[in-house]
Amino acid sequence: MTESPYAFEMRGIVKRFPGVLANDRVDFTCRVGEVHALLGENGAGKSTLMNVLAGLYRPEAGEIFVGDQRVSFRSPQDAIAHGIGMIHQHFMLVTSHSVAENMVLGLDRPRFFLDLPRVEEQVTALGAQYSLSVNPRARIWELSVGEQQRVEVLKMLFRGAKVLIMDEPTAVLTPQEVEALFHTLRDMTKRGHTIVFISHKLDEVLAIADRVTVLRRGKVTAAGVPAKGATKAQLAKLMVGRDILFLLEKKKAQPGEAVLTVERLCADNDRGLPALREVSLQVRAGEILGIAGVAGNGQRELAEVLTGLHRATRGSMMLGNVTLGSHANWLEIGQQLAHIPEDRAAVGSVPGLSVAENLILKRFNRPPFAVGWSINAAAVRQNALRLVEDYKIATPTVEMPVRMLSGGNLQKVILARETSEHPKLMVAVHPTRGLDVGAIEAIHRLLIEHRDRGAAILLISEELDELISLADRIAVIYEGRIVGEMPAEGADIHAIGLMMAGTKVEA
Amino acid sequence: MNLPGTAYRLRIETRSDNPGWMGLVSSVLGVVLALIVGGFVLRAAGANDPIVTYREIFKEGFGTPADWQAGVSALLTSSDCPKGQLCFGPLSDTLVKASPILLTGLACIVAFRMKLWNIGADGQMFLGAWAATGVAVFLLPKTTDRAVMLGAMALAGILAGLAYGAIPGFLKARLNINEIITTLMLNYVAYKWVEFFVVVGPWSIGDFESTGRFPTPATWPRLTEYARQIPITAGLTAHPGILLGIGAAVLLAWILYRSRWGYEIRVIGNNPNAARYAGISLGRNILLVMALSGALAGLAGMNEVAALRELNGRLQRGYGFTGVIVAWLAKLNPLAAIFVAFLFGGLLVGTKLIQPQGIASMLQGVILFVVVGTELLFRYRVRLEKAEPVVAVAAETGDVP
Repeated sequence: MTESPYAFEMRGIVKRFPGVLANDRVDFTCRVGEVHALLGENGAGKSTLMNVLAGLYRPEAGEIFVGDQRVSFRSPQDAIAHGIGMIHQHFMLVTSHSVAENMVLGLDRPRFFLDLPRVEEQVTALGAQYSLSVNPRARIWELSVGEQQRVEVLKMLFRGAKVLIMDEPTAVLTPQEVEALFHTLRDMTKRGHTIVFISHKLDEVLAIADRVTVLRRGKVTAAGVPAKGATKAQLAKLMVGRDILFLLEKKKAQPGEAVLTVERLCADNDRGLPALREVSLQVRAGEILGIAGVAGNGQRELAEVLTGLHRATRGSMMLGNVTLGSHANWLEIGQQLAHIPEDRAAVGSVPGLSVAENLILKRFNRPPFAVGWSINAAAVRQNALRLVEDYKIATPTVEMPVRMLSGGNLQKVILARETSEHPKLMVAVHPTRGLDVGAIEAIHRLLIEHRDRGAAILLISEELDELISLADRIAVIYEGRIVGEMPAEGADIHAIGLMMAGTKVEA
Repeated sequence: MNLPGTAYRLRIETRSDNPGWMGLVSSVLGVVLALIVGGFVLRAAGANDPIVTYREIFKEGFGTPADWQAGVSALLTSSDCPKGQLCFGPLSDTLVKASPILLTGLACIVAFRMKLWNIGADGQMFLGAWAATGVAVFLLPKTTDRAVMLGAMALAGILAGLAYGAIPGFLKARLNINEIITTLMLNYVAYKWVEFFVVVGPWSIGDFESTGRFPTPATWPRLTEYARQIPITAGLTAHPGILLGIGAAVLLAWILYRSRWGYEIRVIGNNPNAARYAGISLGRNILLVMALSGALAGLAGMNEVAALRELNGRLQRGYGFTGVIVAWLAKLNPLAAIFVAFLFGGLLVGTKLIQPQGIASMLQGVILFVVVGTELLFRYRVRLEKAEPVVAVAAETGDVP
């Protein structure tokens, strides 16, 4: 294996973005027939490096060799012409077109006449060869996320890719789908393909990769170390530069009386289709209830109904002994709720307003901020200075617009705003998504702190590791139903995975 | 293949930093560039030396330093302006012109802050002018106290504009009907409405297409009325309308930056999702802001008829659209709008005698164009950088498997 020739070599790649050195003289080489994991935290420069290889970005310095030839790609077409294709996190498929139509999209041949039946035959043959069966006539929107990913892989194979770059391919898959993907990848390497596997998940990397290259802040910290023999702790240290506690230290939960009781709650999504089907759950004071599930199974609607942004069609919600009805109007019942929304930039904050102004978003209508018709600027500033210090928000001034802040600091602004008043109930949706390890740790600690002072917390997350280490109980949601619930301690990841995939999974 | 020498190419990047002074720079740059572009147009239109033309426009719009000096010394000595001319004539005319522009500019600012594109300030102003006229000529007796009369007219103008602005606001809030279309179309309804009353309709006196001269209490007092006490004011038409505009600007600035409502407006304008999340009502604010926008434009209408002293078929159109430009040039800052409106007033007064007559509108258009354009330049950075030597890549695709 180690003596097979290079599939490609990247030497001294430098790529800069405004204010960020994304790749700092990075060397990265892959040998034919291996799965090479590119590991690193969010923002370490993995995707940037691979976008350079795939012809999407042009580096400021550095050389790329494919075989013996030095190349410079101006576009993804140039890269694919040299057998290098990339599958992005967000699929590049036309959802209203068929699988076969997507195959030929962007190809400059055939120039005039499109022989779709022939393309369909080829897709079927290719699918059989690599055990990636997809109906070539199906429209993309009819396919599951896992199937769409297969279409992306087929598309690259169809175009003659020998090197396949996959950017966090498992992020949207169930554990079972991940296994199927790994199977395909191994199959492909046996046929002489080379896979670059971008990830920040250590377990997966160790499970699939032959060799691992680790990036930290744009620099290589480990170049092509064999995965066999590497340990999680070792790789994590290379990735983040210090030892990370994998198990969160927390005391056993001391649940008190029920804070939130939801019974047979039903709701439709924005398109008017049922999203929640008779969801019943209870969160007690001093405990964290985790909701596990693959994205799009009703988590968003659940959070929105609970926080009053969306109306339920049936069912009841109770806060302590107070019935909320189908529309949880928190302002009306004068109760506080902490809501850490899924999308901190698009929902949770006002990008053009200052840190201080964002910190009063939920309280601007109440004293001490509201005085008559006006807003007390001194109180706003005082509040901001205190929270910036308490929550260690890194910002030059409190007058700085929050769009200038990093993701971690923005999330801290939101957490500071939502939790500083010690609310009884917190709804946190993907609170650590896209953050670096340091920020994740800080946010986990904060949630535990609030649990210990007696808050009832509903945590919605796709990261099973996060749920298991943070939550006290885990409920699994699938197609709008709670399909199972268990204590987090000693929970079986495989069992949760099966539930997340519904009942249709054969495993 | 190495290219001989070094090639350079342009790159466009997003700016991560965007300091506050950039707004000012882009506005000033907009005006300067517009003057340069306008210079070429003036050349093409037959002016030999655009600089001379601009100097003339400035003199007509603001006066000359010599005039101002003479005016100040005349003021200090309580004497007439020398040589029988109006030392502060151009400035006075400019202030008269600036007041409706300032008010419509403020109307646009408050709506634009919430990304409500109210381009119907013209129509709202016409309705305001109409309502103020109704109060002055047909409702209150001619002998009403001046302050009461003007106050009632202002109230009528505000209410009419408010109602007229609330129509597209309601349609937007309730039915999500595009306010650009409705406000634009309602302009024409307002023009015809006024035309009906004063040209063919019940308010016209004979064939004059006018309501006739307002009773004195219904008119703005002009500076010239004080010529007996202060000789220098003789012949000056400046009136308190500009103070009304400045007061409105200060009030609007307070609303936007210091009040709870203004906070809501800024949150919605910046991120409506976050507003929903914070429990701020979008529909209510759309309605209220459109009503306030209309009210400011309606006040501009009252101001205009109180200055013209009559309502006739020739009430000038277009102040509402100039307001759009003022709002943009002021970067939606109400206090900056005071200054911008003054400049635009000068431009309108100064170009009155310039032929062809479209010069003022042309300059306004170019200014808006350049300001919007430079804003783009400030949001992105254009950089010249060395291109790396490029290896030609054969774009031959491999055979389809």
